[in-house]
Amino acid sequence: MNKIKSLIPAGKFWVILPPYVWLLVFFVLPFVFVGKISVSESILSIPPYSPMFEWLDEKLSISINFANYIWLLDDPLYAEAYWNSIVIAFWSTVFCLLIGYPMGYAIARAPKHQQPIWLLLVLLPSWTSFLIRVYAWMGLLKDNGLINNSLMFVGIIDEPLRMMNTNFAVYVGIVYSYLPFMVLPLYANLVKHDQSLIEAASDLGANKVTTFFKVTLPLSFNGIVAGSMLVFIPVVGEYVIPELLGGTDTIMIGKVLWEEFFNNRDWPVAASLAVVMILILIIPITLFHHYQNKEVQS
Amino acid sequence: MSLDIRNWSFSKIFFWIGIAFLYLPMVILIIYSFNESRLVTVWAGFSTKWYVELFKDDQIMTAVGRSLQVAFYSATAAVALGIFAAIVMVRIKKFKTRTFFTGTITAPLVMPDVIIGLSMLLLFVAMGQLIGWPAERGMLTIWIAHTTFCLAYSTVVISSRLLEMDHSIEEAALDLGANQLEAFVKITMPVIAPAIASAWLLSFTLSLDDVVIASFVTGPGATTLPIEVFSSVRLGITPKINALATLIILAVSFVALISWYFIRKQNEKYKPV
Repeated sequence: MNKIKSLIPAGKFWVILPPYVWLLVFFVLPFVFVGKISVSESILSIPPYSPMFEWLDEKLSISINFANYIWLLDDPLYAEAYWNSIVIAFWSTVFCLLIGYPMGYAIARAPKHQQPIWLLLVLLPSWTSFLIRVYAWMGLLKDNGLINNSLMFVGIIDEPLRMMNTNFAVYVGIVYSYLPFMVLPLYANLVKHDQSLIEAASDLGANKVTTFFKVTLPLSFNGIVAGSMLVFIPVVGEYVIPELLGGTDTIMIGKVLWEEFFNNRDWPVAASLAVVMILILIIPITLFHHYQNKEVQS
Repeated sequence: MSLDIRNWSFSKIFFWIGIAFLYLPMVILIIYSFNESRLVTVWAGFSTKWYVELFKDDQIMTAVGRSLQVAFYSATAAVALGIFAAIVMVRIKKFKTRTFFTGTITAPLVMPDVIIGLSMLLLFVAMGQLIGWPAERGMLTIWIAHTTFCLAYSTVVISSRLLEMDHSIEEAALDLGANQLEAFVKITMPVIAPAIASAWLLSFTLSLDDVVIASFVTGPGATTLPIEVFSSVRLGITPKINALATLIILAVSFVALISWYFIRKQNEKYKPV
């Protein structure tokens, strides 16, 4: 105890301890087990994986099994799922940014006393059940759904457009669900900008468009990175949206992991899928923390 | 919100289109929950029969009770730990492994749900084998998992308030002879109370909403409302779920408005002159 205490300033120890211990036990330690089970063998028992350490005849045997990772490399399905997830997450982030930036900008430029109301309007849907909002789109995008029915009623199309169970539906669902996560950090960044810089630019003869691209956009870089990562990272592992709105050709890694775990009951393969996903996400997560810290300090 | 069309800029127009995009699907859902027809897409007159059917569904009602209970305990635990964590984030600038601490506290914000769910389950299974606890998965394991990811959100909410707080009133209390603990309980806590309330409400709604993590860490016989909804939605759209969705939307909007009111009141009260 004293050794641990000496690492932490006196008096602060009891403040740091509770959240720290909770996080170590229930957030960091679980990843150790994911790593461990990813190198075990899938067997028919409860739980369905082989032990890593075995004490038999005074011999400690440690078995590390790389078969799961080789399996991931062998079957092109997994590589395709990872690649698809990254592509979908990338374009979703781009769409969220294109829609979310003007929105964040509009809120930041609104009169000060109105800003909380505008912000609430954007955030309120994200407080409402995520599942329900994805579900709402199912009714709209179906072949005999509201969008197709209205378009046919007006006479723009004769046959229903196939939207449900396509990648299009997945994009709509993702952009819809994650848009508030893009707007919030952008607003938080844009609202802090020093207006005198923009006045200075216009005094020096820049028009509105030039001022935007030369002053506002570069200044909002941290906000753009933070917002983009808040969208990109969770979307890579998204399960609910591809499951409800996507089709059989929408192969995303979250869905594959879910199926390996719940349908095939192959825990070790699911664990190694998670390990590879974490390795892929380390760079964006580090980026997020880096720019997040910069934001807080500025 | 000025509606004078001459003042509308590109970004303002975009803002309102964005808002329409965010709200229209939900508005349509609410309208169709009052549809007489079994077919969700054909309007056949106003009816509240799906609400009646919803309340008769025992399975859903049990799941509602269970979800509310888990959300209550998760939010409470997440806020209790979040207060400590926020103090660490804002006030305790120097200790070894601080970078690691701040990293792990915000990591659940971005970590995909499938990874959190899977890793938590593997921990519970391994712990069950090694020390016999938790013996079975259900409410307790969902509570632990939800507390962990809600902790990230509540820490962010509370620490941003703590960061804005005027330090001088606390210093005044210390000068007048209060010890650290007294100053915190009597001065700091009341000042950050609205943030604590909104962190609690945010955690509560996040816990109520989670389907992926709960699916991993729960056992048989402890399904929460989202799990229940998810399994019936997978089979297709039913008007009963429309009614349930409407009630959820209204309840959450109500909760969000209350928490927004707290923050607003807070800002008026402690506005620096």
